Amino acid sequence: MIEHSLKDSVLPALGSPLAKRRRAWREFKDRCAKYGVAVGGMAVIFAIVLIFFYLLSVVIPLFHGAQMDVEAAYEVEANSSSYLTLNEYNDVALSLNMQGQVRFFAAQDGHTLLEPQLPLPSDVDISSFSKGAPSTGVFAYGFVDGRALVFKQAYKISYPEDKRLITPRIDYPLDQDLLVVDADGAALQLLSVQSNEEQTTLAAVTADHRLVINSIVREQDFMDEDLFTIEQTSSSVALSALTQVTHVQMDIDQRELYLVDNTGMIAYYDISDVAAPRLVQHVKAVPAGVAITTVEFLTGGISILVGRSDGQIDQWFPVRDQDNNYTLHKVRSFHEQYAEIVAIAPEYSRKGFVALDADGLVGIYHTTAERTLLVEPLVVDDAVMALSPRANGLLSVTRSGQAKLLTIDNEHPEVSWHSLWEEVWYESRDKPEHIWQSSSASNDFEPKFSLTPLTFGTIKAAFYAMAVAVPLGIFGAIYTAYFMSASMRKVVKPTIEIMEALPTVILGFLAGLWLAPIVEGNLPGVFSILIMLPVMTVLTAYLWSRIPSRLRNQIPDGWEAAILVPVVIMVGVVSMMMSPTLELWLFDGNMPQWLNEVGIDFDQRNSLVVGLVMGFAVIPTIFSITEDAIFGVPKHLTIGSLALGATPWQTLTRVVLLTASPGIFSAVMIGLGRAVGETMIVLMATGNTPIMDFNIFEGFRALSANIAVEMPEAEVASSHYRVLFLAALVLFMVTFIFNTVAEVIRQRLRNKYSSL
Amino acid sequence: MSNKSFSSWMKSGSPWVWLNAGAVSISLVMVVGLLLLIAVRGLSHFWPADIMAIPYTEPGKEVITLVGEAIDSEVVSAKQLSRVGIELPEGQASAERLLIKVGNRDYFGLDFRWINQPWMGEVSYPAELLAIERREWGEFYGYLSSVKQQGEIVVSGDAAFAELQHRLIRSNNLVGDIKSLAKNEMGKINAGLEELRLEKRKLELRSVADTSIQFAELAEAEKLLDVSYKDLQNKLAALYKELNRDQMMVVMSDGREVEIPLAKVVQALRPNAMTVFEKLVVYGHEIWKFVSGDPREANTEGGVFPAIFGTVMMVLIMAVLVTPFGVIAAVYLKEYATQGPIIRLIRIAVNNLAGVPSIVYGVFGLGFFVYFLGGNIDELFFQASLPSPTFGTPGLMWASLTLAILTVPVVIVATEEGLSRIPRAIREGSLALGATKAETLWRTVLPMAAPAMMTGLILAVARAAGEVAPLMMVGVVKLAPALAVDNIAPYLHLDRQFMHLGFHIYDVGFQSPNVEAARPLVYATALLLIVIIIVLNLAAIKIRNRLRENYKASES
Repeated sequence: MIEHSLKDSVLPALGSPLAKRRRAWREFKDRCAKYGVAVGGMAVIFAIVLIFFYLLSVVIPLFHGAQMDVEAAYEVEANSSSYLTLNEYNDVALSLNMQGQVRFFAAQDGHTLLEPQLPLPSDVDISSFSKGAPSTGVFAYGFVDGRALVFKQAYKISYPEDKRLITPRIDYPLDQDLLVVDADGAALQLLSVQSNEEQTTLAAVTADHRLVINSIVREQDFMDEDLFTIEQTSSSVALSALTQVTHVQMDIDQRELYLVDNTGMIAYYDISDVAAPRLVQHVKAVPAGVAITTVEFLTGGISILVGRSDGQIDQWFPVRDQDNNYTLHKVRSFHEQYAEIVAIAPEYSRKGFVALDADGLVGIYHTTAERTLLVEPLVVDDAVMALSPRANGLLSVTRSGQAKLLTIDNEHPEVSWHSLWEEVWYESRDKPEHIWQSSSASNDFEPKFSLTPLTFGTIKAAFYAMAVAVPLGIFGAIYTAYFMSASMRKVVKPTIEIMEALPTVILGFLAGLWLAPIVEGNLPGVFSILIMLPVMTVLTAYLWSRIPSRLRNQIPDGWEAAILVPVVIMVGVVSMMMSPTLELWLFDGNMPQWLNEVGIDFDQRNSLVVGLVMGFAVIPTIFSITEDAIFGVPKHLTIGSLALGATPWQTLTRVVLLTASPGIFSAVMIGLGRAVGETMIVLMATGNTPIMDFNIFEGFRALSANIAVEMPEAEVASSHYRVLFLAALVLFMVTFIFNTVAEVIRQRLRNKYSSL
Repeated sequence: MSNKSFSSWMKSGSPWVWLNAGAVSISLVMVVGLLLLIAVRGLSHFWPADIMAIPYTEPGKEVITLVGEAIDSEVVSAKQLSRVGIELPEGQASAERLLIKVGNRDYFGLDFRWINQPWMGEVSYPAELLAIERREWGEFYGYLSSVKQQGEIVVSGDAAFAELQHRLIRSNNLVGDIKSLAKNEMGKINAGLEELRLEKRKLELRSVADTSIQFAELAEAEKLLDVSYKDLQNKLAALYKELNRDQMMVVMSDGREVEIPLAKVVQALRPNAMTVFEKLVVYGHEIWKFVSGDPREANTEGGVFPAIFGTVMMVLIMAVLVTPFGVIAAVYLKEYATQGPIIRLIRIAVNNLAGVPSIVYGVFGLGFFVYFLGGNIDELFFQASLPSPTFGTPGLMWASLTLAILTVPVVIVATEEGLSRIPRAIREGSLALGATKAETLWRTVLPMAAPAMMTGLILAVARAAGEVAPLMMVGVVKLAPALAVDNIAPYLHLDRQFMHLGFHIYDVGFQSPNVEAARPLVYATALLLIVIIIVLNLAAIKIRNRLRENYKASES
């Protein structure tokens, strides 16, 4: 029989070549599968791990310092320049000197592009020079006869044959005539100029110790564009002859003026009314023995940077006090250079600057972030330098004529540990604060990248959500796992668990548009629900124990939850109905308004709403895991305890909960992870204002919602973009750590159970 | 005595048990209440409600008649009322306020109006009141006076309603024709023109001379397309002329008579004159229109078909991506990898990734897929259309991929669990019979683990269908100009942006200018999404149980 079947078998004989070939083929397939699966599996795991490393790779450049490389070095005429500028593309530079010579030259090799002749008076000497804010490109020469010439650099960019061609020229905002700054005709020893479309202001210190201010307002006629009305205002203030003013600086808006003298005093003038300059403050800015060597405005014209003879650089700005008075404050200092600061070049659009000291070291700083990005030797001689508008190029020319063009790689100076997490004193603020304000329409805006208020918002949301979810989830799970009758459990457990799959966008929508107005309108009712629910539950329980046992036995143990359902509904309905009456009695008819009067801010979309709804979203997670943990406690433990005479409640608290506590802990951790990362609910149910206040009646802005709102608008690879990635990385790490701890504990628990 | 028994009752722990039970009850009430709320609000929107006519007298003003649908009501205390200047009669503590939808937004300025009960007269429901659903400006309520053709009155009086219905069918058909013409034929020509432009650009990029024959050919093709475009334009113009033939004259509640072109009307009903059965028919029809129609008026009206389609497409593509990779990874982890601390670590990591916030995946998708991968694909394959990006911008493909990454842990975990449930004996039996490992896997283990994989997949799909946060970054838009599948080659456009039910809820509920009017639609959309997700979840549970039983039977 067997032989017969062998003979008829479709299989080839064991040792035949065909069988060998087939076996080899099968072995080959087996091996293919093995390697295929291994490669595929590892690829998937790699892809998942990639998330972390990708986020990290986007974030890391934030913390890179700056880097400087020499692009070109050449020689120019010695002593030829006392001031330099560099254009946007790092290719055209402008040099000016005290002889009134102006020269545009190629920044790459120094050859002259244009040497315009300024309309200088032939018989009068230049006594001072001033430059406006770098972004305006305005300059002025002051003369010994009290007059001044204002001029401006301008670049015309054209693209003949698709190649960029830059044609420099000099413009005259006030025409080519000289402007009389000091009517008395004293020499202008120090000069400061600012000019914009409408207004040009010059401030000068004269040889006879006076401060003269001159402002020219050009107003265009409504009807005719070529018609202007010109209005000139001037004033003169006598200065002390005992000290020598060394620096005069006017802000870009032509409202503030700073005078620095050789004793280290700063005089802060308010010149918004040019006719009547007002001395706001006179402040000693440096300790004795230290002199102020450089004063420059930071971009935006609010802060001044004070370079000192000991190499320290201080940032000062006016701060408003309670009475609306402004006083100068020293906000922060950088002391990374130790020789006299000879020049400071502010960046055009960021709150950073470059400082050069007498030892030839150059330092790159950022004020808001309090970061020193680089300190490096640059030159060995006295030098002037220019920073390009994009802050990616630096040109320096020494007195002996050594010119150097450098490229700067400094993409993200505005972010540091300090600016992300600590209190930062921002410009125009009265104290150091945590602020998130990533963008604004203005160009010289100081970005405020503090993740602290956002993290605070996330924690606040998670806290209130957990305050709702933990008791409900855990108590509910205890009851379901331990007391509830099996038939009811079969219905209850999936019902609650299916809520885990409920899209949070729906919960967010309900929270924002349905629940928030209800809560606002029935605030006393909401609180009465919170108080009445436990009270009524216990009351019902007591009454239940009092009713005749004949009636009571109709419903078996384990159905208490069903009995309580109508009670819960009733409490809700009654509380809501009572709410207007309560409000009338206790809160003058309108509780939110009452709260405002008491001094508690109330938003319609507040943390209470988020807590309720997000708690609701987290309940299923906590419930499900806790229930599993309690239900998984070996039965012989509980039976043993009951057999020894413990009540079910004693058994629960002394045996079951102790055994299952790691599981419950992990449930809370996972629930917390979910609450921290939840986006749509916090996005839709709060006002998304980044405030730091634990008030339950106010909103907040969470990390996740902030990403969702700002990410689509962030410019790729900008600091803002990378900071948002950092926020995502923080969320990733936090939830990952929570979940890992929970998972490890759960596995331990599983091992414990199996050994019990 | 009673006191003692109370304290012993406290001691028994019974109050605690009851408190625990209370937690379950609260959770249950919240869950069921929430589902009921959405169901009731979502479904009631489509019911053709009766329209009221209310004489309304504000103090110091003449009686006006308000016509509209009752939406909401609230009780206001006398104190609050007196703040706005309403004094209730002595002894009355509160009064009712009604929110009615008065429609006619283009004439009245506002869709909705709160009115105070004390100022209301007798409410009536005139049978001839007409509720007109318009393509623009929302609902219109009024009395039909006549039907016009080219400005000439055709029918007026009682017969006008029947004539109106008749002509509405015609105008709606014409609207359909115009839409299909504009979408299909015009779309094809536009796509053709765009393709020619790209061809031209490609030639330029290869620096082919302007005078070469290829350029001439392109110009020829462009001319052809231009001619047929003109043709179509004429056709469309003719259709529009036909469409604009009819008008209706309607008297509003304030007595003004206005003309409404039938081209702007979707339907006109007399809900007050309808029987319950008729209303049911309209109700069914409305629901169908909601599910199958296109959105109108910045998504606050019309249907959600593109959103349903977008959701389904995205989820389908995601499922196709996630299943093989998830299963392979699980098989590798369970069957091939040497079980050690590293694998245990990986397993924990994979497990935990399911708990990482979805927004993080969105950020990753935007940075890695869209900007990095997409940008490079554009550089390599779609250079002709640069600088306008093809794949370097959020789109369907990137959304699906992002969600695939987001859900792959779910599939891996479920599959692994399924694999570990399979008894060793089965594997060993197969190996003992001489099967290789691959054969054992393919023929016995994987089929037995199929239910687990299926569960994982369905759970993944359910999760993906409900996610919104990551999609906001990688491809969802409030209004997609075209579906991802159409009649223009290559038929499936993975680079297109798409609409999504969840995002639709967010957008209409929070970004639309007229939230009040759009709210019912949001509830309906939410209901639709919940139904889809709950059905998917229940299906997962059902399939799992059934297949499990099957295997139990085969095992024994």
